[in-house]
Order: sequence, then C-alpha cells, then structure tokens
Amino acid sequence: MKEYRFDSVIIGGGAAGMAAAIEITKRGFSAVIVEREEHLGGILLQCIHNGFGLHQFKEELTGPEYAERVSDEVRQLGIPAFLETTVTAVKDGDVKEIHCCSKAGVFIIRSHTVVLAMGCRERNRGNIGIPGARPAGIFTAGLAQRLINIDGLVPGKRYVIVGSGDIGLIMARRLSWIGCQVQAVVEIQPYPAGLVRNIVQCLHDFKIPLHLSHAVTNIHGRDRIEAVDVTPIIEGVHDFSKTFRLDCDCLLLSVGLIPENELSRKAGVRITPQHNGPEVDACMMTNRSGIFACGNVLHVHDLVDFVSEEGGRTGRFVARHLDGCAPRRQFAVEAGQNIRYVVPAKADPATENRFYMRPMIVKNEATLEIKINNTTVRTLRKTHIQPSEMICVTLAPEDLARWGGASEPTLQFSLA
Amino acid sequence: MKTHYDVAIIGAGVIGAAIARKLSSYELDVVLVDKEADVSFGTSKANSGIVHGGFHSPAKYLKTKLEVRGNLMFDQLQKELDFPFRRCGILVVAFREEELQAIETLYRQGIDNGAFGLELCGRERLLHLEPKLHPDVIGGLHAANGGIIEPYRFVFALVESARKNGVELLLNFKVQSASHADGLHTIVAGDGRAVKARFIINAAGIHADDISAVFNAESFHITARKGEEFLLDRESKAYPGKVIFPVPSANSKGILVIPTVDGTLMVGPTAVETEDKGDLATTARNLEDVFNFARKLIPSISERDIITSFAGLRPAMLPDNDFHIDISRMAPNLIQVAGIQSPGLTAAPAIADYVKDLLKQCDCRLVEKKNYDPYLPKVSGLRHLSIHEAAEAQAENPLYGNVICRCENISEAEIVEAIRRGHHTLDGIKFFTRAGMGRCQGGFCSYRIIKIIMRETGMGYHEVTKRGGGSYLLADRLGPSTPATEA
Ligand SMILES: Cc1cc2nc3c(=O)[nH]c(=O)nc-3n(C[C@H](O)[C@H](O)[C@H](O)COP(=O)(O)OP(=O)(O)OC[C@H]3O[C@@H](n4cnc5c(N)ncnc54)[C@H](O)[C@@H]3O)c2cc1C
Ligand SMILES: Cc1cc2nc3c(=O)[nH]c(=O)nc-3n(C[C@H](O)[C@H](O)[C@H](O)COP(=O)(O)OP(=O)(O)OC[C@H]3O[C@@H](n4cnc5c(N)ncnc54)[C@H](O)[C@@H]3O)c2cc1C
Repeated sequence: MKEYRFDSVIIGGGAAGMAAAIEITKRGFSAVIVEREEHLGGILLQCIHNGFGLHQFKEELTGPEYAERVSDEVRQLGIPAFLETTVTAVKDGDVKEIHCCSKAGVFIIRSHTVVLAMGCRERNRGNIGIPGARPAGIFTAGLAQRLINIDGLVPGKRYVIVGSGDIGLIMARRLSWIGCQVQAVVEIQPYPAGLVRNIVQCLHDFKIPLHLSHAVTNIHGRDRIEAVDVTPIIEGVHDFSKTFRLDCDCLLLSVGLIPENELSRKAGVRITPQHNGPEVDACMMTNRSGIFACGNVLHVHDLVDFVSEEGGRTGRFVARHLDGCAPRRQFAVEAGQNIRYVVPAKADPATENRFYMRPMIVKNEATLEIKINNTTVRTLRKTHIQPSEMICVTLAPEDLARWGGASEPTLQFSLA
Repeated sequence: MKTHYDVAIIGAGVIGAAIARKLSSYELDVVLVDKEADVSFGTSKANSGIVHGGFHSPAKYLKTKLEVRGNLMFDQLQKELDFPFRRCGILVVAFREEELQAIETLYRQGIDNGAFGLELCGRERLLHLEPKLHPDVIGGLHAANGGIIEPYRFVFALVESARKNGVELLLNFKVQSASHADGLHTIVAGDGRAVKARFIINAAGIHADDISAVFNAESFHITARKGEEFLLDRESKAYPGKVIFPVPSANSKGILVIPTVDGTLMVGPTAVETEDKGDLATTARNLEDVFNFARKLIPSISERDIITSFAGLRPAMLPDNDFHIDISRMAPNLIQVAGIQSPGLTAAPAIADYVKDLLKQCDCRLVEKKNYDPYLPKVSGLRHLSIHEAAEAQAENPLYGNVICRCENISEAEIVEAIRRGHHTLDGIKFFTRAGMGRCQGGFCSYRIIKIIMRETGMGYHEVTKRGGGSYLLADRLGPSTPATEA
C-alpha cells in the first residue's frame, strides 16, 4: 500500500477546503486536498444560479464560476489534490493517519495537521417524519438540483416543495424554467426560511404559492407519489378540518442541512449540538490538537463568501500551529439571549477575532450587545435580523482589552 | 424458461425461499414465482429481524414447534450462506410485581417447548447483561439463544443458493389464474406467461387467501396486521447488546428495542389491523406512544435519532393466530402455507422441512441431488475490511476503492455485484448492499447507483425504478427535444 506525507491534509475540496489549502501553501507548508468528487468545488458546482462572490470578488458569479476562480488559484500554487478519493477514516495521534479510498488505489497519508472541510448533507423525510405511503418520487432538493444541473435528469413533472429554504426556492425557479409545474412551497414556520430576494425572484415572479404555517401531513401513492395532504397550523395546532390535497408526481424536501461529521466523531472530535459541528477554539482547532474545521462541516453557512473567509483564516491558523505558535490565553465565548450559537467558541485577546453567529429571532432595528462578564465592550445596531441570515462580527484586541481583569473572562453575544 | 416443472412455489418471501432452497437439494425441477420485481419485497423485508427464543407461545401451536426447531437451524445456515446473523440474546423485562408472574410463566412455557438457553434473572443480573436498561427493572427472562438477522439478506441468500442448485426464479410474475388437467397445474401470470407444475406450494403471505381462491381450494381469510417500525441512527447511544422485550400483553409482544446486526437500532413494531393489503403507510400518531413506551425499557432512546420508519403486514389467520400448513383437501397436489405471521422468519427453515415432508406424503419422489452445493461464496463488504485488506481488495478489483454510499461505506464493487446477482432496482440494491440505508437515506448515493444500474444493465433513465412496477425514479431528460441530426 502506498503512503504519503504532507504537513497538512484537507478533507473536502469545496470552498472551505480550497481556501484553507491556499493559505497553508502560501505560508510555505505542504498541503494536499482529498476530494471524493471528480472536480474541486463542492456544492458550488451544482449551484448554477448567480449570487455568489459579492463579498470575496465584488461581483456576481454563478457557483461554478466561483469554484473555478478558486480552483484556478489552487492549480497555480501547484497544490496537489487526490480527486475521486474518499477519506474513510482519520486516526488521531501526534502524526495523523488519513485513510483514503479510490478506484486508483487505497492509501494512507500521514500529516501533523488535518483540516475538516467535508461540508454538509440534507435532512430527509425520516428526519422530519412525514407520515404516509412510501412511494418513489421523494427527493431532497439538493439531490434534484444535482440530477438536473449536472446530469440533465429530471425527477418529475409536477412538484410540491416542502420547506422554504434557499435551495428549495432556487429549485422552484429552476423547475419552472425547464417547463415543470411547481404546485406550491409548503413551510411549517410562519415566516420563510430563505432569503427575501429568493422569495421574490423564485416564487413571486413565477406565481408559485407559498403556504406559510402549513405542513405536509400525508403522502399518497403506491408505486410513485400521486399527491400530498397539506394542513394549516393555527396557533401551533394542526387544523385537520382544513386539510387540502395537492396532486404531484414529485415531492422535494428542502428542510435543512446537517454538517457531515461522521469522520470527525470517529476521530474523537467533540461535536456540539448547538451547531452540529466541532467545537473550535480561537484558532479554529477542535478538541484534538492539530485537527481543524471550517465551512459547512463546522456550521451551516448561507453565503459561500463567508465560507471562503473562514477557510482562509483556518489555513492561516494551521500554518501558525505548524510553526509552533499558540495563543497564550483564550476567553470563553458564549451565545446569550436570542442567539443560537457563536463560532468559534473561544477568543484570543492578543489578536483580531472574527465571529459568526445565528440569530433566533426576526426583528428590525435590533441591537447586538457584546459583553465580557458583566462589562459591555461593544454594541452594534442591525437594521434587520432573521435566522436565515448569519451575523458576522469582528472584534479588535482593543475591544477585548476592556474586560477589567476578571479571572475567568467570558465573551457573550446577545440580541435584543 | 422451461414450461414443465415438478413444483411451483408461489411467493418468494422467506417462506417460499426457504422451501425452494430445501427442494433444490432433491432431483426436482422447481420454479419460484413472485409478483414483485425482486424477492423479499413483501413482509419478509419489513419486520423486526429477530430469531425468536421459543418461549412466547405454548407448545400446542404448530408455530411454537417450528419456531423452536427453526431457531436451532440458523448457525448451520449461516455457515453455508453467509448472511448477517448474531445470537445476541433476548431479554424480557419486568417493572412491576405482577409482571414477574408473567415472566415465570414464559420461562416455564419455554422449558416445555424445548427451548434452550433460558434463564430467570434478578435485577442485578439483568443490569449486568444490559447496562442500558431502565434502572427501575426488577427482574426478567434471558433467552441466550435468541438472535438477530438481516431478513432480506437471508432471503436473498436462500434464493441464490436455490438458483445455484437449479431452481428457476420468475419475477414480475403475478399469479392470476390457474387450471388443472392431466395431473398438471397451469398457472398464468397477469402478463400471460404460463407455467405448468405437478405440485403447487402457496407461500403468498398476506395474499395466501387470494391464491387459494385461484385454485378453488379452501376458503379462508388472511387478516393483515400492520406493524410500524422506526429505524435509528447507528450513532444512537441507546444501542443495546440484546433484544429487549416488555412483558407481553394478551395479543401482542409489545414494543421492542432491537439492535440490528448492522449496528443501527429499531424500535417497534406496532400492531394495527388493516383492511387494505396494500397499506404500508406510516402514521404520525404512533410515534409518541412508541417512543414513550420504548424509553421505559431503555431511557436513552430518542426520536432525534430516527432515520426512517417503515411498515410491514403480518399475515394472520384468526381466531387461533397459528400457522396453517397443510395439504389442500380441495385442490389436488396443492400445499397451503398460510397464516405465517411472527415467528415466521424464525420458523422458515423448519417450515421448509415440514413442507418437504408433506410433499412426500403427496407421493412426490424425493431423491437427494448428488451434486447439491449448500455453500455460497462470501461477499466481502468494504465496511468490514481494514485499510490493508481494502488495499488488497482494491488491487484485485479497482471498484472496491470507489465509495458509493458514504453512510454505510459501500463500494462500487458491491453495487456491481448486486446487479450481477439480479438486483436491478434501487430497493433491491439497497437491501442487498445496504447502500442508501444509512442516515442520509440515499440523498448522496442514489444518483450514483442509478447511473451504475444504467451502465451495467443498459437500461434507460426512465426504466430504472425504486422497486419495480410504476415506481419510476426519473421522468425526463434535459436537452434539445429534437437533436440537430434529426432536423
Ligand atoms: C444546495 C446549496 C445551495 C447553496 N446556494 C448558495 C447561494 O445561492 N449563494 C451562496 O453564497 N451560497 C450558497 N450556498 C452556501 C455555500 O455555497 C456553501 O455553504 C459552500 O459552498 C460550502 O462550502 P464547503 O467547502 O464548506 O462545503 P462543500 O462545498 O459541501 O464541500 C465539501 C466537499 O467535501 C467533500 N467531501 C466530504 N466528505 C468527504 C470525504 N470523506 N472524503 C473526501 N471528500 C469529502 C465533498 O465531496 C465536497 O466536495 C449553498 C449551499 C448549498 C448546500
Ligand atoms: C412488523 C413485523 C415484525 C415481524 N417480526 C418478526 C420477527 O422479529 N421474527 C420473526 O420470526 N418473524 C417476524 N415477523 C413475521 C415474518 O416477517 C413473516 O412471518 C414472514 O416474513 C412471512 O414470510 P412469507 O414468505 O410468508 O411472506 P412474504 O414475505 O409476504 O412473501 C409472500 C410473497 O408472495 C408474493 N405474492 C403474493 N401474491 C402473489 C401472486 N398472486 N403471485 C405471485 N406472487 C405473489 C408476494 O409478492 C410476496 O413476496 C414480523 C412481521 C411483521 C409484519
């Protein structure tokens, strides 16, 4: 069996993994990307709509264009990548062992550092427990997106979409464009899960009804799906007397993403239930020394630009770790009122720190308050917040210097 | 395809499959027919997968004798056929004084039935055997001989072994009519195909009554009793070492917690009678009750770990709920194998022996085949290989290196093998390889498998199905509707 040695192994060649590999390489260390698909780019490759890159490249790109810009840089820097190769295990230790499988061979890579950048997967019918018959014709929206945009295969003609997440909305428009009929988008919450611009551009422009506060409560059809029952939810209770039926030959589920952390768990990485990803410190390092995480495997992002930023930052921390540097002291970071989680879970008072967080509420004119123990260090105004839009905050060492010398400083973010 | 056989078996569930394999050891021409696109697509794919311990019912029932006998046959069968099976043991647990009485009764019943490995346990012993049990447990029964099995893999192996020894398999063959002349039955499928055979075995599960009617034989009614099961992720902390039963009520074994051989966990089954024999719908209503009940057995069980749920139909014959296996008194040379509800899976190998004896009584000559080969080659799955073994397997067959199902770690080699062994639907491949059975439920691998099916079989995209019939997966293909060359 072949064996290789690198300073760092990046698992996953999406936006996050590529950004990390670039920064590590630029700092003079050897990095290798392992990617199970044929091409670098990850989920971007199937997102043929535009809206990517406004922050990173200051222009509007499609997913594949964005992927190409980044993968061009990977190639220019001569970063090696094992494509069509799946990592099946990571064995932790001082030197880590990464087990790789591909048609071309089964081999091991040894390295001092690993970057987890495996992205996420879609929640499915079992996860949300839609009862009813179990016919063919039920797909996750991302799978349908891949089938249509990459393989040119269309799963059905008449659709109902469950969940108003961005992928579902974008698929509603995509399906309309290829001559399919979208009967409705059904959302259990009283507000849409996706971005406002997507509601307008993907539903309103195509006159596709959006049923808020409604749930799919039954599935009909023996061999292939024929219809679903949709039930309104009134003050938190299903009103079955108002259930109606929508005919369809395909049901798409756009009901959320889950970070893909099987490998991480098996390597002994601690996963926090707050964002279903590894708990990372101020250097994006997990509880396992030398194992880092970034991108959707860490927490689900809505914008690829933020993924790239996080990946690049992680790459710089990997290089520092390989140089033997580590922060002298770290503050704990905590999600306060109305915030679901904050990443990373630690702050380094000696440098600039960037945080991503998810609000739990929808509000105009909100205030984000940042405290260390009981001292407010900064207050920020937000014109509009909603759970589907991540908040990004950068704190300078000066902000963190105002903590007043408590023995166990905790940095807390809260929204009101 | 021949047109004359000695024996035709209707139904390729575990019962028909076990009978077919048994008969394949004799000098007989046997055909096994099923209406579905693959074998084991009926009740035999949707059950609890338990090899029962022989103590649940009293000795007076035929099902009890066959359960006890069947249980003992599994080790040899596994050696020959290499299907996933483990004698992990069964616990029946009591939480109240009254229930201890019932435990005692089960224990005595089991001893009377001739079951092996039964042990009455106190609290300490139970918690030692299964530390995940609810601490309020006060006593129970341990049946060390009980086990778990992957039921469809068992059926696939039985059928494959039968075919290897000469049995013909006809799929998508829905028996709709039959006639009898000159000592030969003719059975005709919905699509017009016909098969002649001297002996017929009715192993049609929930449709055994309909098949009996086709032959103008005994009139009886099979009641479909639906059981829903919930499948939990292999990461679930609740995975027990043994199958956990509550103390049974008058008409049900109750909600169980079942470790599956492949490391996932199952909670169920419910028991609801249904009029509609095609009703495999799952319901939301049961979920809460089922989980509240299961948590009384093992507190760490959580709905959050559900990856999917499914339902199966028990073919029950009321009022006695026993197996009805007999030579028909009305139709010539027809053997009825009806009412095979639980413990049908456990009893299947013993039922096959029993049916063979009935055939003998009908003057069917049984001469042992000299070249009968009971063994099947082992299929090695990537997930069971160490990295070094995987490297060797890949060197021999590169497809072993290509991971198709990421949740269960299934390689392209295994998918291709499944297709070569005749499993051409997504579900058939799933049951054969486990690809698509894990936590993402095929979200990642199904398009890859569809493409491999198309490549290996030459089917078009519109011909690939989930499980045969009208269960197509893809409706259309993008691209110019009239290619330039045609213009
Ligand atoms: C369907 C969808 C639509 C989106 N639409 C938009 C949008 O319109 N605009 C926007 O700005 N953002 C969008 N996003 C968000 C953003 O594009 C993604 O969050 C970002 O691209 C994720 O990058 P990543 O590198 O973390 O993950 P991914 O792109 O998912 O990359 C992970 C990579 O890891 C590989 N991998 C995983 N496990 C292994 C393993 N064991 N071995 C080898 N390789 C492995 C995978 O094949 C994959 O290529 C969308 C996200 C999704 C999921
Ligand atoms: C929820 C549940 C849990 C269970 N748990 C256990 C357990 O843990 N242990 C245990 O021992 N037993 C268990 N059982 C019982 C066990 O599953 C059954 O006894 C067994 O699977 C019955 O096998 P079968 O071959 O008779 O039926 P089936 O598997 O249903 O096979 C009958 C076949 O006949 C075919 N058929 C029907 N009509 C026609 C026709 N007209 N033409 C051609 N083919 C036809 C069908 O397609 C089908 O494939 C359980 C059952 C259920 C429902």
